[in-house]
Amino acid sequence: MTDKTTDAGLRRLWVNAGLPALGALLALALWWLVTIVFSIDPFWLPAPPDVVDAFQRLSGHLAEQTGVTLIETIVGFAIGAIGGAAVAVLFAASRTIERMTMPLIAAVNAVPKAALAPLLIVWIGLNTQAKIVMVVLLCFFPVLVSTMAGLTSVPNDLRELAHSLSSSWWQTFLKVRLTWALPQVFVGLKVASSLAIIGAVIGELTNPDRGLGSVVVSSSQSADTPLAFAALTLLAIMGAGLFYLVAALERILVPWARAISS
Amino acid sequence: MIKIAGLSRTFQGKSGTVEALRGIDLDVGNGEFLAVIGRSGCGKSTLLRIIAGLIRPSQGEVLVGGEPVGRPRRDVAMVFQRPALLPWRSVRNNVLLPVEIFRWQRSQHREHAERLLEMTGLSGFADRLPHELSGGMQQRVSLCRALIQRPKVLLMDEPFSALDALTREELAVELQRIHMELGTTVVFVTHSIQEAVLLADRVAVLSARPGRLRRLVGIDIPRPRSFGHNAHLEDVAAASAELHQLLLSDHMPEPSAAP
Repeated sequence: MTDKTTDAGLRRLWVNAGLPALGALLALALWWLVTIVFSIDPFWLPAPPDVVDAFQRLSGHLAEQTGVTLIETIVGFAIGAIGGAAVAVLFAASRTIERMTMPLIAAVNAVPKAALAPLLIVWIGLNTQAKIVMVVLLCFFPVLVSTMAGLTSVPNDLRELAHSLSSSWWQTFLKVRLTWALPQVFVGLKVASSLAIIGAVIGELTNPDRGLGSVVVSSSQSADTPLAFAALTLLAIMGAGLFYLVAALERILVPWARAISS
Repeated sequence: MIKIAGLSRTFQGKSGTVEALRGIDLDVGNGEFLAVIGRSGCGKSTLLRIIAGLIRPSQGEVLVGGEPVGRPRRDVAMVFQRPALLPWRSVRNNVLLPVEIFRWQRSQHREHAERLLEMTGLSGFADRLPHELSGGMQQRVSLCRALIQRPKVLLMDEPFSALDALTREELAVELQRIHMELGTTVVFVTHSIQEAVLLADRVAVLSARPGRLRRLVGIDIPRPRSFGHNAHLEDVAAASAELHQLLLSDHMPEPSAAP
């Protein structure tokens, strides 16, 4: 009995952690092999040891710039997510406000955000705030749209139940709609978590004073491709980390969602 | 307990006006079990929703306990075709939902909730989530949720139609027991003749589109009744046959009335 449960536990560990790790290792090996077989110059495509070397050379610098980008990303993500969800609740409460502003917001969202980066510098300045605003701009819309979809997706039988109990708007909102919307909200949060990093990097490429984006810019200026790869690796890890953090939060907060959707 | 007088209801659809109910007159006595039966689209669900105060009638009126129905009341509870449980709430907390919405004292109704769960054989499942339960058990939870209101009138809209045949029979027998125990007035919409004959004191047969009261059939078979072999097979067969006849001889909807 206990043997069986540990067996199942080991298998789950293998599927959830072992297989992804194996896949990553195989990809690394392939990358290394390609650089050796075709004897590629590290200037074009550095081999894994070159990147490790770059990490060692500038570990302090990289750690500091990672911290900068991480803070921009997380602050911007939090503001964008809370803002998007709050506006969605407002729209759910008032159809008039929704009809008046939603097309406008959709139109503004359709503007490529990267094109706004120089303007943000004019308006806000050469500072961290401009980069955070870029992150907010990218995170806001997906959370808004997914929260609205969640709030309006309450099934008819639950609506009718609330109606038959003469439940007030607030009671229905708090006891039924809000929780019902959570799985969809998390869809938006996951999309926004990846966009947040993109936003931070767009800001840093436009104003390359600090952050991993500026490391990429300066490394390309000094032809240090391994350093650029090191920065990109850190960005990828950060993005994946944020995504899985949101996914873990989802598992804790809405454990029932997986059960009813499968 | 319920008095329905000259009740009509029409709906404005995209393809014109649809007449769902026409001139329904019906009285339901205190503690009576009335089954409403008819083909799909005969307006039986509409009738139930008007009694519940979820829909307004176009003409006529409905009185429950002598008062005209304008909106949902706390002493009238509804059980829907689907259990309509909140998936994140435990069975117990789903049953206590009306208590919270009515802003009643939760502590005063906890014991009642436990008793209802026991009565429906769900005692061991109070802390489970709905998705861990079978369809029949979920529908039992929704029955408990309706009964926690201590309703004078229980309105049931094809409550067993989404379940498999054996579970339906099991739940119907159980509903009979609960009705005998509590004496609540029940209006039970169904399209199952079998269920109507098992449960009802009288069966209201509606004709299709517009829904009119075609016949009120009294079922004078002593309770507890059961499916399968019992002492009143002939009465059951006679009542079933009469209902069959009434439903099958019903005119098909006129082409012009179809949407």
